[in-house]
Amino acid sequence: MSFISYFIDGIRLGSVYSIIALGYTMVYGIAKMLNFAHGDVIMVGGFVIFTVMSTWGLSPVFAVLLAIILCTVLGVSIERIAYRPLRKAPSLAVLITAIGVSYLLQNLALIIFGANTKSFTSVISVPSLKLAGGKLSISGETLVTIISCIVLMIALTLFVKRSKTGRAMIAVSEDKDAAVLMGVNVNKTIAITFAIGSALAAIASVLQFSSIPSISSTSGAMPGIKAFVAAVFGGIGSIPGAMIGGILLGIIEILGRRYISMELSDAIVFLILIIVLLVKPTGILGKKHHEKV
Amino acid sequence: MIGVWNKLNKSTRTNFITIGVIILIYVLCQVMVAAGLMTFLMKGLLIQFCYYAILAVSLNLTVGILGELSLGHAGFMCVGAFASAFFSKSMIDVIENNFIRFSLAIIIGALSAAVFGVIIGVVVLRVRGDYLAIVTLAFGEIIKNVINVMHIGLDSRGFHFSMEVGKLELLEDGEMIIDGAQGIIGTPRDSNFTIGVIFLIITYLIVTNLVNSRSGRAIMAIRDNRIAAESVGIDITKYKILAFTISATLAGVAGVIYSHNITTLEAGRFGYNMSIMILVFVVLGGMGNIRGSMIAAVILTLLPEYLRFLKNYRMLIYAIVLIVMMIFNWSPACINWRKRHSLKDFMNQLMKRFIKSKKEA
Repeated sequence: MSFISYFIDGIRLGSVYSIIALGYTMVYGIAKMLNFAHGDVIMVGGFVIFTVMSTWGLSPVFAVLLAIILCTVLGVSIERIAYRPLRKAPSLAVLITAIGVSYLLQNLALIIFGANTKSFTSVISVPSLKLAGGKLSISGETLVTIISCIVLMIALTLFVKRSKTGRAMIAVSEDKDAAVLMGVNVNKTIAITFAIGSALAAIASVLQFSSIPSISSTSGAMPGIKAFVAAVFGGIGSIPGAMIGGILLGIIEILGRRYISMELSDAIVFLILIIVLLVKPTGILGKKHHEKV
Repeated sequence: MIGVWNKLNKSTRTNFITIGVIILIYVLCQVMVAAGLMTFLMKGLLIQFCYYAILAVSLNLTVGILGELSLGHAGFMCVGAFASAFFSKSMIDVIENNFIRFSLAIIIGALSAAVFGVIIGVVVLRVRGDYLAIVTLAFGEIIKNVINVMHIGLDSRGFHFSMEVGKLELLEDGEMIIDGAQGIIGTPRDSNFTIGVIFLIITYLIVTNLVNSRSGRAIMAIRDNRIAAESVGIDITKYKILAFTISATLAGVAGVIYSHNITTLEAGRFGYNMSIMILVFVVLGGMGNIRGSMIAAVILTLLPEYLRFLKNYRMLIYAIVLIVMMIFNWSPACINWRKRHSLKDFMNQLMKRFIKSKKEA
């Protein structure tokens, strides 16, 4: 029974990774850049909810809505201020800027909220599900996380495939110059991608911090990097790939933590990244790109 | 004398000047220490300048010269630091001569970092750009995590190894060498400012000679245009591994100097933050500019110590340095602005005005 409950816990963690990985994979597919600050947007979302609920004492629904709005605004402003001026710069410059933004958010949070870990009150109040005569218990947080991951994935796939904006996104990711010729506003499309990615990060922060009820200025960085590993694992640029990669990674991490070593669970996740990049650099569902001279 | 000086080629001359300046600063510092003009805090900083400068120069080889972003530089430093401290601590009674023991420690630290450099270099070949940054970050974290769970003790029966706390069962004469997250305590303090400066000069010579050699030009060709470099017959695999390994080895040496200067060596210190700090040195000093890296490392180590009120904002300033430097260097608006307001134009205009006023007079 313990194996099954670990497995379900793995799916829960994996669902959170999937939602974060979606933000990475969409931005990477469209802007061709690794948005290092994505993980820290999760942390910002967590702190917004923490402030609204614990400091101001307002309702969780308002907290979640405010977190989604603020994260979206934050994501779009980061893109506008830090990344847009560097659209034509070498990728090394963009990457260093992204690391700078991530570091900036972490240290701003450190100065505002202090170095101590804050305890986070769960936003989700769903009763836990008892199965197999009470032997197997699935917490309400886990249920909500897994269901919201599935709903978001379907909604996002439909949005990208059916809506005009979604198809503009695909066009920009395939060929930016040709998309401009077809009348697609590239800057607007990239801004929308950042907005969607950041809103997803805010939702991920609700799910993540409700299950692991503590938050500090660095608690977004590690899930962020692991979600990027998940995106690479599933094939970068692919929405179903992000989901598959995220869930597999979550299961591997939880099982590794329980059965191999608590301290080495991060090392196991990173080892998987290296193996994937060595064996199949395009990931599970990724497409191969040929480099032209 | 001047004739000989003029016959030397330009890079040799700049090398002489740079090394001369380093030695001058070194002598000045030693005089100040001897005269009692230096505070205790400043004396402690002297060796930090050396290993941070070595780290910055070695990372510049990967970021500035090879053009690949490595976020795991602290990992190589960690390997060098732990391998050498492990050696020094277990050999403290066997080899009593400090000089021989420290020389061997340097070799061991450098070699073990080089081995990791080759291993990671081989992986690096398969990926590029953003993936490379993540892979190096991953390696740095793996190295840190693995050392964090290592427990090695030494007693009269030999070495004992365990992955769990308190499972070692050493004899009474036994001693813990690596104690998991507590790391290595009590490494002999063999390194000092003089050794640091000597290795800084060696590092500088190795990197500048590499950059000015055939191999260095090949490495820069790969950075500027990989496909073109490949098509003129440059062995990309070979040169990438070469650059990466030299960079890792030098970081390992910095780790040896670091570990032989502090009492408690913890793997936790060699995290992502340390790698970013070294990257900030490189970016502020100018990517590809080796002297710039050294100057930036010294300034950014010195500033927070002297501007105490900035202490809490140190990391924030690092972040802003990264963003502002990149936007200032690459944003089209900033490039235009710099063209319009360059110092050279300004001087030319001054000169023109000066000549005009002379003519009128």
